[in-house]
Amino acid sequence: MTEQPHFDVIVIGGGPAGVAAAVQADAKRLSVLLIDEQERAGGQVYRWNGVGIDAGPGAEMRARLAASGVRTAFSHRCWHVQPDRTVRCTGPDGNMTFTADALILATGASERVTPVPGWTTPGVVGLAAATILLKSEGVLPGRNVVVAGCGPLLLFVAAKIIAGGGQVAAIVDRNGPSDWLSCLPAAMTNPKLGMEGAGWALSLLKRGTPIHFNSRIVAVNGDDEVQAVSVAAVGENASSSAHSIACDALCYGDGLMPATEMTRLLHADHDFDAALGGWHVRADAHRRTSLDRIYACGDGAGVMGAAAAPVQGRIAALAAAWDLGKMDEARFEAETQRLSRYGQRVSRFGAAMTGLTVAGVRVPLTGSEMICRCESVSHDELERAVAAGAVTVNAVKAATRCGMGPCGGRYCVPSVAKIIAAHEQVDVSRIAPGTARPPLRPVPVGTLMGDFAYEDIPFREPAPL
Amino acid sequence: MTAHFDLIVIGGGIMGCASAIRAAQHGMRVAMIERASIGGGASGVNAGTLSLQIKRVKLMPYALAGHRIWEEAGEQVGFAKTGGLTLAFTDVEAEQLRERMTAKREAGAPIHFLSQAEVREKAPNLCERVKLASWCAEDGYANSSLTGTYYRAALREAGVTIIEGADAPLLARAKGGFQARIADEEVHGTRILLACGAGLEPAMAMFGVHIPVRVRVNSVSVTERAPRLVDPVIGHVTGLLTLKQKGNGTVLIGGGWQGRIDERTGASEVDPETIIPNLQLAQFVLPALARLRVVRCWTGFEVNVADFYPLAGPLPGVEGAYVLGCVRGGYTIGPYIGRLMGDLIAGREPEMPLFDPARLLAAAVQ
Repeated sequence: MTEQPHFDVIVIGGGPAGVAAAVQADAKRLSVLLIDEQERAGGQVYRWNGVGIDAGPGAEMRARLAASGVRTAFSHRCWHVQPDRTVRCTGPDGNMTFTADALILATGASERVTPVPGWTTPGVVGLAAATILLKSEGVLPGRNVVVAGCGPLLLFVAAKIIAGGGQVAAIVDRNGPSDWLSCLPAAMTNPKLGMEGAGWALSLLKRGTPIHFNSRIVAVNGDDEVQAVSVAAVGENASSSAHSIACDALCYGDGLMPATEMTRLLHADHDFDAALGGWHVRADAHRRTSLDRIYACGDGAGVMGAAAAPVQGRIAALAAAWDLGKMDEARFEAETQRLSRYGQRVSRFGAAMTGLTVAGVRVPLTGSEMICRCESVSHDELERAVAAGAVTVNAVKAATRCGMGPCGGRYCVPSVAKIIAAHEQVDVSRIAPGTARPPLRPVPVGTLMGDFAYEDIPFREPAPL
Repeated sequence: MTAHFDLIVIGGGIMGCASAIRAAQHGMRVAMIERASIGGGASGVNAGTLSLQIKRVKLMPYALAGHRIWEEAGEQVGFAKTGGLTLAFTDVEAEQLRERMTAKREAGAPIHFLSQAEVREKAPNLCERVKLASWCAEDGYANSSLTGTYYRAALREAGVTIIEGADAPLLARAKGGFQARIADEEVHGTRILLACGAGLEPAMAMFGVHIPVRVRVNSVSVTERAPRLVDPVIGHVTGLLTLKQKGNGTVLIGGGWQGRIDERTGASEVDPETIIPNLQLAQFVLPALARLRVVRCWTGFEVNVADFYPLAGPLPGVEGAYVLGCVRGGYTIGPYIGRLMGDLIAGREPEMPLFDPARLLAAAVQ
């Protein structure tokens, strides 16, 4: 039913970290399989847009990968991984099982969106999701857009909307000018990206785009489409100080969260660090997780951005090569030390950018908003469940169905943690994320099954009468 | 700090909760000590099937009583009486089904056999290869994930002191009864009930009683919501399938396919190699499943002793200590057998006999 090809190394995730890991492992003469759910390498940051000339860092990455001996399985979704490094995924040929001596996880990040009343109204788009719309689809989220939340994507999305011929009604930033100024030194460590950011800021200034610093969205208004957003100052009572801004779309996000579902399914050790996006898998200086010959790199192991990711990926591959006995010690030490020094330098920029999203990690919830979109569970219902004694993420999930839908709790669990933390009067970092369950992504029963006959099903004797 | 109670219950699953509540209703001061959260173990993650067709013949009267208790709890536990079909697809299976269901009917379950036309009428989307089907109108399901919410509220109402998140309490005899030590806290009880499922063997061993308890890891899967495909709960003659479409449209699939225990963490895990045949059988029975996406697979567990009958009675040789568990069909029977246990501990005569654990010691000596 399933073939089980074996590799020295399997890399899961074809973004900058995963591709760098795969190419580096290949250069060390290891047999490598790279698995990704997209059609091409690039991840979210260098997403292949499928049209026109492939250019820029994404194209360079894809060319390096193509020139290597790495075997690739694109359009494959991993639905299960095991600590013994057995990986199962579904692709165009159905269910596939692969095994490896080393497993490098480069699963990236997902977007943090803080629920507010009305955030499920059509026309509300995540900030990171908006970058995909703008970059790979060339679509504007609206004609007159409010861009809100925190972090560098505010500038990027606003500038791209204007460049695409749209109007930015306002930028609503949880941070203030001093927060931005404090990351200037780090920004200058990457002059190219720093200048790019300054260029975006200038283009907004020139257009006179209103910027509301130290402010937050408290509600989205409109029934079938966004008509306006209510904005209030951070820390002030929403009902007394809110004012309304008319718009037809809202791009809204509070930075990125490491994707931990795979490492949680593996029961690897995790830590909470707001400066890295919240919960992330623990990895040492050589990207080793707490599990034998399983490594983590890129934003999935703590959000540090696209410059740090390939360095981490290469270190992970070197560690795998060393752990598999394919490198001598002197070489391993020299190469990883050189990479680590380089990594520290290029990580400062990404770390500063993630730092701008820390403001979004502990933002209090408003009170009456929908928290779980999949199962329609409101804040009020969750508070009632917590007050009735469900004080773990798993217990709240059982009591309310929050997190039981197709997204697997990726989006609602941080809010559930905030509600529990508020009730228990502890910091959110004390509230463990719930148990991860397979499949890692929803998968059609028929795809998993393939062809089979009733007679092939391995029945046991019936239970005692 | 030491707190004193008439009874300490170890384990906040259905059986521990039902016993605790009954004992409290008889006037005992009861403390409930739970490793994680109330109803969060096997009681809260099983497939929730309430089917008399998969109950053991000798346990049928207990299962009938259990059904009535879940029915009374009604909406609070997501109870639904849909009727249940058990299917056979080959001549050999049909013969097995006839024999097994006849025995269960004689034990009091209202089961009868259906013609193929009647099967199609009750469940038109099922596979057409059905050779023989049995029907029980009493069958249905409840929503096991509500177990914790339901019993936590009931414990509070009965005045039971709840101590959750008390991993690995140290149990011992103490002057005038028993003590459970949890971190820096000590709970003292005149009596103690061990109702901690997979933890029963080590818990009994703390009192020098050695009865082997085997843990089985059962897998459960659930699909996304779908339009109505099937009303009754569906089983297979081997017991290797339970399938039901819940009120919200999701399809829940179980049948006791074995997961595994992660040696490092002790946690039970889904085994993809058994999930696949479980889903194959489900898709064979209900072909429309092929299009639906599985959103989650997980594991519950059940425990049993050598003869597959309950441990329910005094802990042999330890005055004032009791044990309850290893009930096949524990989700259905648990609320009832817990009441009987609460009666016994409070010094009342239970209306139905319990299952003396001493029988297993005698067997071990032989």
